[in-house]
Amino acid sequence: MKKFLLILIVLCLLTAGIVVWNKKEEMDGDDAPIVAKPTSSTPAPSSAAAQYKDGSYTSDVVQTDRGFGPLQIKLVVSGGKISDVQFLQFPNKPGHTTEVSNAALPLLKQEAITAQSAQVDVVTGATQTSEAFQQVLSATLAMAK
Amino acid sequence: MGMPITVILADSYATQKDCDAVFAYFQAIDNQFSTYKKESEISLFNKGEIQRKDLSKDMKLVFRLANQTTKETNGYFNIVKHDGSIDPSGLVKGWAIYNACKLLAKKGFKNFSIDAGGDVQVAGKNEKGEEWRIGIRNPFNPKEIIKVVGLTTQGIATSGTYVRGQHIYDPHQNSHLKGGRLENVVSVTVIGKNVYEADRFATAVFAMQSNGIYFLEKQNGLEGYMIDKHGIATMTSGFNTYVI
Repeated sequence: MKKFLLILIVLCLLTAGIVVWNKKEEMDGDDAPIVAKPTSSTPAPSSAAAQYKDGSYTSDVVQTDRGFGPLQIKLVVSGGKISDVQFLQFPNKPGHTTEVSNAALPLLKQEAITAQSAQVDVVTGATQTSEAFQQVLSATLAMAK
Repeated sequence: MGMPITVILADSYATQKDCDAVFAYFQAIDNQFSTYKKESEISLFNKGEIQRKDLSKDMKLVFRLANQTTKETNGYFNIVKHDGSIDPSGLVKGWAIYNACKLLAKKGFKNFSIDAGGDVQVAGKNEKGEEWRIGIRNPFNPKEIIKVVGLTTQGIATSGTYVRGQHIYDPHQNSHLKGGRLENVVSVTVIGKNVYEADRFATAVFAMQSNGIYFLEKQNGLEGYMIDKHGIATMTSGFNTYVI
């Protein structure tokens, strides 16, 4: 087997559970600077290990990849670490309320999702919000430095 | 396009050069279609610096495909944004993966997969000579796989807006949200005859939200797996035939 990985971006593993993608430099040339403004601030503990200054930081509103709507986050840093990320605005595509007729269709099968342990070759999953999220998070973290 | 691209060539005679050709193609597509790039053709068009009649053949084709998709999805798929600008990214990714696969097929490859940001086209068999095993990521935990499907020469794509990790809070419980109404569906995975079909319908079906899975049920050659905010999945009647 020959497996070639063409990673166009740098994988940033920010915290456990958050996998985000950053490739702005190579592919995007992002022309929309995201500026985060501190919304409140408390003195940071002067620990050399602390990566970020304590406080709350609110990102600008950015549009998600496929035009689903705006994304804005608030980042809380305490003890030099990210302690909270809140969604102030979240893509939800308002205005699309047209009903699609369900008449004469069978009831479709439902199940609760459960984790699988099987080996896979490839994975499919949504990435667009994590990309937009990564952009605002990067910009907001820059403010906290 | 802002995504990782993974190419697996399962044919033994594959070389790095073959892979580089795919990479170069995606780079060219990004230079042309990225709305993040100031000098891309789409950006110049949106700024009025290129007239519609002067657009490249590929751009005109993508516009036509988008119009067709808008009609086929009752208007749920639309590349025209609220401000009037054009963002064809909901269609270009699947289209570009499909074209890249055709490049590989022209070179004689029969067994490969191309994954661009979670939208995947597979051809033939994997390196073990079996059907390709594709995992569907848990929208609530990106480290988890919640379903595995087996495909030979088909496409699969997922559309969604929701990622929640240890430090990302449930936006549905955020009182800051204006209007307080959030959509129910967090992720839609579509299997189609190729990734172009899967990608464009995943985008549209996600926009339809809860009703999307019924729309999908009516389409020939498409199957889907929709996950709502409570972690309940609804699947089209033929979806289980792919589940491993």
